[in-house]
Amino acid sequence: MPVVKFTKALKRFFPTLQDTPAEGASLPEILSEMDAHYPGIKNYLIDEQGGLRKHVNIFIDGSMIDNRNTLGDTFTAGSEIYIIQALSGG
Amino acid sequence: MKPTLLLGTRKGLVAYHCNNGQWQVENISFDGVPVSIAYADPRNGTWWACLDHGHWGVKLQRSKDRGKSWEEVAAPAYPEGEEVKDGVPAATRYIWAMSHGGSNYTSRLWLGTDPGGLFMSEDEGNSFKLVESLWNHPSRKTGWFGGGRDQPGIHSIVVDPRDENHIHIGISCAGVFETLDGGNTWLVRNKGLRADFLPDPTADMGHDPHILVAAPTNPDALWQQNHCGIFRSVDGAKNWEEVSEKEGAARFGFAMAVAEDNPDQAWVAPANSDEIRVAIKGSLCICRTDDGGKTWKELRNGLPQENCFDIVYRHALAASGDAVAFGTTTGNLFISNDRGESWAVINNYLPMVYSVQFAD
Repeated sequence: MPVVKFTKALKRFFPTLQDTPAEGASLPEILSEMDAHYPGIKNYLIDEQGGLRKHVNIFIDGSMIDNRNTLGDTFTAGSEIYIIQALSGG
Repeated sequence: MKPTLLLGTRKGLVAYHCNNGQWQVENISFDGVPVSIAYADPRNGTWWACLDHGHWGVKLQRSKDRGKSWEEVAAPAYPEGEEVKDGVPAATRYIWAMSHGGSNYTSRLWLGTDPGGLFMSEDEGNSFKLVESLWNHPSRKTGWFGGGRDQPGIHSIVVDPRDENHIHIGISCAGVFETLDGGNTWLVRNKGLRADFLPDPTADMGHDPHILVAAPTNPDALWQQNHCGIFRSVDGAKNWEEVSEKEGAARFGFAMAVAEDNPDQAWVAPANSDEIRVAIKGSLCICRTDDGGKTWKELRNGLPQENCFDIVYRHALAASGDAVAFGTTTGNLFISNDRGESWAVINNYLPMVYSVQFAD
């Protein structure tokens, strides 16, 4: 079962956030699953057309995903999925 | 004068309250988060904060206790599959205007967004729906383009208090649109404007009204600080006339406010040209007309007159009674209690100021 890990920056908005096991077979499914755990978080990560927000990154087992629009990257049952923020702004 | 100043800044919402002539901070919320618009609904006192998280997208928050507590509500979202242009998905990138729907529509709110969608709520802001009649206007995909922001944006929503289904909006870059039926159909109202940056400056579409405002005592008297000058209409935007100074300061800028009690009196915050965008000759002034734009007076008493880089963003100048206030790009907040004749500093150390509103 893959585990989803989050940047601590999101704890400001979702204080109970922690490493969370997921059952979904695709990244969009997993984000919906996380939204059930932490209501509203999906909207912080992707826009209304399903694309990853410009300054959000997802890494699967240490590699940045390739497809930011459809989130079609694959993973395995043992994968670690990191949701992080880009370092930008000032 | 209303006793509260509500500010949207690059690093949060700041509210000042005037106590015995002294402006004191009443509330600071959303530390570090850009607030594109801070808005107090005069009908019910609800405060709204339009947030522009750098990482997490546009969010909308409201407070019914003057900022002591906030509640996140669903931000405006474009329906699945909508596009700004062919192949460019439409997603809310910025909330650039907010207005209540009037005293006869107590649950109605309007939002203007980048990339060009107008949204309406009929349930006090619990949900917002794209106004498809405007989004599907035949001019949009080919005739609207970015100005100030990369994609088209609605920054002005002017609801006529005599008939709250009569609304003018300002779009950069497209121009002024008018609806007479609550947003079902739209008329283009750009006659008399000049867009020097277009191959045909008098084209019907593609104008850049930086801000559109109406006189509270005569909603047919509309003003706009446009990219290419200051324009006024006395017939509800059917015709525009340029009222810029040929040589003086009152010409280029972003912000504009009209007196609550006089449709011929208005203020602008001049900046040095499209190309440079700083205070003119390093000195800050506000210009006021008392005669419908025929003449302008430079108001400088109390404002920095050397080594100054400040300009005033489009929503950051406001008037209430004899008071006028503005916030600047370098974090200065000024107040005048005599319609601009003299100015005092409220704060020199704010973040970049995006919006200023007088509120109860």
